[in-house]
Amino acid sequence: MQVGPRLTVNPGGGTQVNSRQSISLDVNGRIASLTIDDPATPLLYVLRNDLGLHGPRFGCGLGQCGACTVLLDGSAVRSCVLPAVSAVGHRVVTLEGLGSPEKPHPLQQAFIDEQAVQCGYCINGMIMQAAALMSSNKNPTDAQIKQALAYNLCRCGTHLRIVRAVSRACCGAA
Amino acid sequence: MNAASLPHSISRREVLKFGGLIVSFALPLPLTAAGNNGKAAADMPKAVAQDRVDGFFAIDRRGNVTVFSGKVDLGTGVRTAITQIAAEELDVPMARVNVIQGDTLLTPDQGPTYGSLSIQNGGVQIRLAAATARRALLREAARRLNIDEQDLTVEAGVVKTKHGNASVRYEELIGSRTLALALEQDAPLKDPNSYTVVGRSQPRLDIPDKVTGRFTYMQDFRIEGMVHGRVVRPPAIGATLLSVDADSVSHVPGLIKVVRRKDFLAVVAKTEWGAVSAARQLKARWSDWQGLPDEDRIWDYVRGTKIVRDDVTSNRGDVEAVLAAADHRLASTYDFAIHTHGSIGPSCAVAVFERGKLTCWSASQATHNLRQQLALMFAMPDTDVRAIYIDGSGCYGRNGHEDAAADAALLAREMDRPVRVQWMRADEHGWDPKGPPTLIDMQAALDAGGNVSAWYSQFYGPDGVAGKVKLVAAELAGMPHEIPMSPGGIIAGMAVPYAFPNVKTLAHRLVSTPLRPSWIRSPGRMQSGFANEAFFDEIAVAANADPFELRRRYLSDDPRAIAVLERLAQLARWQKRSSKASSTAGTASGRGMAFIKYENNRTYVGMVSTVEVVRATGVIAAKHFAVVQDSGQIINPDGVKNQIEGNVVQTVSRTLIERVRFDRSRVTSLDWQTYPILTFPDAPEVEMELIDRPHEKPWGVGEPSAAIVSAAISNAVFDAVGVRLRSVPFTPDKVLAALKTGPNQAKERGR
Repeated sequence: MQVGPRLTVNPGGGTQVNSRQSISLDVNGRIASLTIDDPATPLLYVLRNDLGLHGPRFGCGLGQCGACTVLLDGSAVRSCVLPAVSAVGHRVVTLEGLGSPEKPHPLQQAFIDEQAVQCGYCINGMIMQAAALMSSNKNPTDAQIKQALAYNLCRCGTHLRIVRAVSRACCGAA
Repeated sequence: MNAASLPHSISRREVLKFGGLIVSFALPLPLTAAGNNGKAAADMPKAVAQDRVDGFFAIDRRGNVTVFSGKVDLGTGVRTAITQIAAEELDVPMARVNVIQGDTLLTPDQGPTYGSLSIQNGGVQIRLAAATARRALLREAARRLNIDEQDLTVEAGVVKTKHGNASVRYEELIGSRTLALALEQDAPLKDPNSYTVVGRSQPRLDIPDKVTGRFTYMQDFRIEGMVHGRVVRPPAIGATLLSVDADSVSHVPGLIKVVRRKDFLAVVAKTEWGAVSAARQLKARWSDWQGLPDEDRIWDYVRGTKIVRDDVTSNRGDVEAVLAAADHRLASTYDFAIHTHGSIGPSCAVAVFERGKLTCWSASQATHNLRQQLALMFAMPDTDVRAIYIDGSGCYGRNGHEDAAADAALLAREMDRPVRVQWMRADEHGWDPKGPPTLIDMQAALDAGGNVSAWYSQFYGPDGVAGKVKLVAAELAGMPHEIPMSPGGIIAGMAVPYAFPNVKTLAHRLVSTPLRPSWIRSPGRMQSGFANEAFFDEIAVAANADPFELRRRYLSDDPRAIAVLERLAQLARWQKRSSKASSTAGTASGRGMAFIKYENNRTYVGMVSTVEVVRATGVIAAKHFAVVQDSGQIINPDGVKNQIEGNVVQTVSRTLIERVRFDRSRVTSLDWQTYPILTFPDAPEVEMELIDRPHEKPWGVGEPSAAIVSAAISNAVFDAVGVRLRSVPFTPDKVLAALKTGPNQAKERGR
C-alpha cells in the first residue's frame, strides 16, 4: 500500500490550533490512554477509531437514533454527542463489554434466541438501552420496554422481536 | 476471508493463499475446462461465469465449501438461506459452508440484490450448481469405488456405498484438480421430502457477532494508510460552486486537503472527526437554484408533467367501451408521497487506486453494476475496477451506498491513497435517491348484479431504464455518468389477479420527477398495491359485498390464492360484512383486508389489519396484523417470518408517517425529527401463518407483504370511521379533513 505524504498540508497555510490532549478512559474495565487533537471529539469516534470497537455505531450524530449508545456509569448515553473528555473519570461500557459470542450477556443471548436482528445496525443501541432498563427495572412489562426503547430507531422493523428479546432476558422465556 | 488482505488483481494461486484454501476442482468428466489454454490452473483467474459450477462453488482440501454468491445479504438473512441451500443440496453440514458475496472478482454477476429475487433466482442457480457438482462427485466416486452410482449416498460430504462398506470424501475426489463443469439443467435435485436443512428454521449465522460487536460492517472496515473524507453537498440541488475558502478550515486538527472538482466539494482529514469538523466549517459560495416544484402542489405537478411513453401492463376485453356504457361507475385517485430509504447507518465506502486500478468496498446491493458505473466515471475498463460488498446498515433498495462509493473513489484518486467516506445523516436524508411521488387514477364499472364489469388503472410515475442510478459525485464533478432516470420496476405491480372481464392497466411514464428517483422496497408495487387493494374495498362497499367474498369470487380459478384467503379468514376470525362504518365512538376500531399475488406471478399474501382511529385528533394506531403467505418452498421459516414482520412494521411507518419534505431548492427533512419513522410504542402486533409448499419453486419474501399494508390500513380506517384515505401518508391532518368532509366514497356516476 502506497503511503501518502506526511499529514501536515494546510490548504490555506493557516495556523493549526494545537489542542492535543492526553486523556485516560475507563472502557470495559480497562484504562485506555490516548491523545485527542480536538476537545470537541465525541466519545463515539474515540471508541471506534482509537480503540477499534465496533459495538457503538454512527447513525445520526444528533442523539436522535440511539445506534451509538453506551453505558456511562450504568446509564445509557448517546456517545455521538458526548465529548470524549466528558467521559474521563466515568466507567464506559460498550456492547463488547457486556459479553462475547463465546460468553454472551443474557441480553445478547436473548437476542440470539429470539433471532431479534435484521441488519443489526441499531441493535447495539437496543441492547445497551435495555441493559440500562434492566438495572432499574428487573421485571418490565412490554409497554415499559417499548417506552424505554422509544428513542431508539430501527428501520428494518425488528421491533417485535427486540421487545420479545428484552422481555426474555428480563423475565425469562415466554 | 479478510477482504482487506486481498490485492486488487488476484490469481487463483492467490485465491488459494488468501481465501483459506479455496481450491477449484476438475474431475475427468465429459466436459471441457473452459479457457484453460494449457496454463496451470492455479494461474487462471477464478471463474465467475454463471453457467459454471466453479463460478459458484469451491471445495477445499479439508472439505470446506465456499459459495460465491452474486446476491448479497442486506440484513435479510440471505447468507444463511444460501448456506442452507448449498449444505442441503451438497449434503454437507452448514458449518462447513462459507459464503462470499458480491465481489466482482470472485462472484458471478447474478444481478442486483433487489426485487425479492435472491432466493427465487440466485438461490435456485446456486442449488443447480450444487446439484451439478453433486452429480459429478457421485460419478467420480462410482468410478473410484467401482460401484454403480445408484448404490451411493452422501452424508456430511462423504460418499458412501449404501451398505457402508466403502466411502470416499468429497475432498479426496477433488484432490488438487480443477473443475470447469457447465451447469447442467437436468442435474437431479434432491427430493424435498428428504430435506433436513432446507425448510427448517436455522439460526441466522451473523447474529451472534452482530449482538456482541464482533461483526465487521462496512462502516467498521479499515485499511492501512486510509484517511477520512466527508462530502460538502450544495445547499441547493442544482447550485454551482462559485468559490471555496479553504482557509476557513485550515485550523481544523488533522485536515489534509480541501478537494474541489467543479461542483464536487469534500474535505479529507487524518481523523474522521477532523473530516466531520472541517466539512461543517468549510465556507463556500454557491449559486442560487430553485428548480424544485412547490411541495404543496406536488400532485398538480405530477399530473402536469409531460408524458413521454405509455406502458400498457395488462389489457383484457374493452375497458373504455364498458366504462362508457356502464350505469354504475366508480372513480378515485390515489397518491403516495416521496419516501427516503432511511437506513440507520449512513452510506459508507472505502476506495483505493493502485497501479491504475480501482478497488472499492461498499454495501452496494449491485457491485457488478457499480463496477460498470465507476468504470464509466473514471474512463477505465470494467476489468480495472473491483467492487466488493461488505454488509452495511439495512438496505431496502438503491440508497446512497453507490454514491458514497463514487465519492470515495474520486477522493482516493485525488489523494492517491485509500479514502473512507461515510455520509452524515443530512447527506443520507438529503441526497439518497428517493421513491418518486406516484399518482394512480382508478376506475371501475359495476353491472346490475353487483359484478365488476371493468377495472381501469392509470399510473403516473417517472420514465426510466433498469439498473443504474446516476452517481452524485460523477454529476457534480462533471464526470461521465448515466443520463436516463432509473426508478426501478415501478409498473410491475399494476396488473391485478382478479378475473374481471374487462381490465386495463396503463402507466404514464413521466419525463421527470422532482428528486433523483430509485427503487425502495416494493417500488411502484407498494403504490399499486395500495391503490388496487383500497379501490377493491371501495368496490366491495359499492357492491354491498363482503371484501373476502368478493375477492374469492374473482380468484376462484387460482386455488393457491383461495387457500391463502381462506386461511386468512380463519386466522383473523374474519366476520363477513359489507364494509360500512360501524362505530361513532371517540376511538373507533376497524378491520381491513388486502391481498396480493406479487407481480401477478408469484408470492401470495393476504392480510387483515386492525386499527384504532381517534376521531378528535385524527391519529391512527395500527394495532394488529394477521398475515398469511404462500411463497412456495420455504428455505428458512423463521427468516421468512422475520421478513414479514419487518415488511409490516416498516410499511406501517411509511404509510402513517413518512413524507420527504422539500422547498424550491433542496430536501428539508434532513434528520429523524423532520423525517420521523415509527417508534416502539406504535409498533403493531403481527400474527402469521406460512403455507409451505416444499415441492414448489421458492419465491421471494422480502417485498410482497409490504405491498398491501397501506391498503389494509386504509380499508380498516374506512371500516372504523367511514372515510376513505387515498393519500399516503395518512397523517392526522388528512384524517381530520376527511372526517370533517364526511363519507368520501368513490365518485359514483350514472350514465
